Amino acid sequence: MFGPLNCKAGTSKKNKTGAWRVELRPKYLHQNCIACKLCVTACPEGCIIPGEKNAFEFDAAYCKGCGLCAAICPKKDIAMVKEEEQKSK
Amino acid sequence: MSNHLYAPGHTACSGCGQAMAVRYVLDAAGKNTMVANNTGCLEVFSTKYPESAFEVPFVHSLFENCAAVASGVEAALKYLGKKDSINVIAEAGDGGTADIGLQALSGMLERGHDILYVCYDNEAYMNTGIQRSGLTPFKANTTTSPKGAKSFGNLRYKKPMPEIALAHGIPYMATATVGYPQDLQRKVKKALSIKGPKYIQVHVPCPLGWQHPSNQTFDVAKLAVETGLYPLVEFENGKLIGVRKIKALPVEEYLKVQGRFKHLLGNAEEIKLVQDVANASIAKYNLKIEADTAQPA
Ligand SMILES: Cc1ncc(C[n+]2csc(CCOP(=O)(O)OP(=O)(O)O)c2C)c(N)n1
Ligand SMILES: [Mg+2]
Repeated sequence: MFGPLNCKAGTSKKNKTGAWRVELRPKYLHQNCIACKLCVTACPEGCIIPGEKNAFEFDAAYCKGCGLCAAICPKKDIAMVKEEEQKSK
Repeated sequence: MSNHLYAPGHTACSGCGQAMAVRYVLDAAGKNTMVANNTGCLEVFSTKYPESAFEVPFVHSLFENCAAVASGVEAALKYLGKKDSINVIAEAGDGGTADIGLQALSGMLERGHDILYVCYDNEAYMNTGIQRSGLTPFKANTTTSPKGAKSFGNLRYKKPMPEIALAHGIPYMATATVGYPQDLQRKVKKALSIKGPKYIQVHVPCPLGWQHPSNQTFDVAKLAVETGLYPLVEFENGKLIGVRKIKALPVEEYLKVQGRFKHLLGNAEEIKLVQDVANASIAKYNLKIEADTAQPA
């Protein structure tokens, strides 16, 4: 017999979906950021780490590279750049 | 890192509208929430056994009985005397709501359970490969309403699911979209402040099924509203208490950004038929911003 099929809350975090990024990754330019947090709201992964102005970062372990943060940024302060070799490190 | 109630590491497609909407709904509801969710994209990408992206108690139902399982959860909480401090949310896709789950939903609404039912409307059975559902819009190309030499996609109009829910005499019903997250979160909070059965239908673009780039999810969602094809309305106790006023852009603006409507472009007759659908909603809910009340330049 199967027992109850239970999972622990929030355990999806062990899926490092950042490996899905194939072409582009966001790059926070840290020039004109006004800390509006629209990118934090927009990120479907919920993996953008807010902070002071010009100090936001994204968590590359989960970012799938959809580009919504860059598309929504009112200050065009996020660029989508080619995925570098960084990934292999 | 994340203090959201919906954790990263879920396996939704890049740019998924539903994944965002789920987070908005849960963050608005707060941690004293229990979720029942049927089979569909959401269940598959959030709870890939033995993992879960939910940070609140979650139960997976069958495809057809999300509302019935949520009803049971609510009844048990009532019996334990705990219902007043815990929100019960039933979450389902459009197929799970308007087609196979409609009977269970109707029962839940009619019996008066204190539950918020949220339908994530991506306008087809996405999880099994983009088959049309009762909420697929008129003329959309899906794998079971294909465009072709003699076909312009889905033959049927979108089922008026919000009106069907409303007809049960429920205290709160609203339509919302992932394109306007604050509006969505306000509606969730409002719904949860009201006792009884509530229904919210959230429009969630699907980059795969609608064939748009993954970074266009918000733009596509907003265009659906701004053209009148997805009217945002809010009803309390059967009375219309609010609509989002729009500029009423031509529907072509919305159609042309999605591959699922590509076959209509350049065909004025077919586009007119879709425009008629938008015009009917615009007239019904008086959606258009009047010239004299238009926003200052
Ligand atoms: C009784 C039953 N029939 C069919 C299926 C197969 N099935 C699983 S998910 C799904 C589609 C779900 O579509 P929808 O409810 O719109 O949610 P979406 O995946 O689009 O978010 C289907 C047909 C099933 N699981 N159970
Ligand atoms: Mg669907």
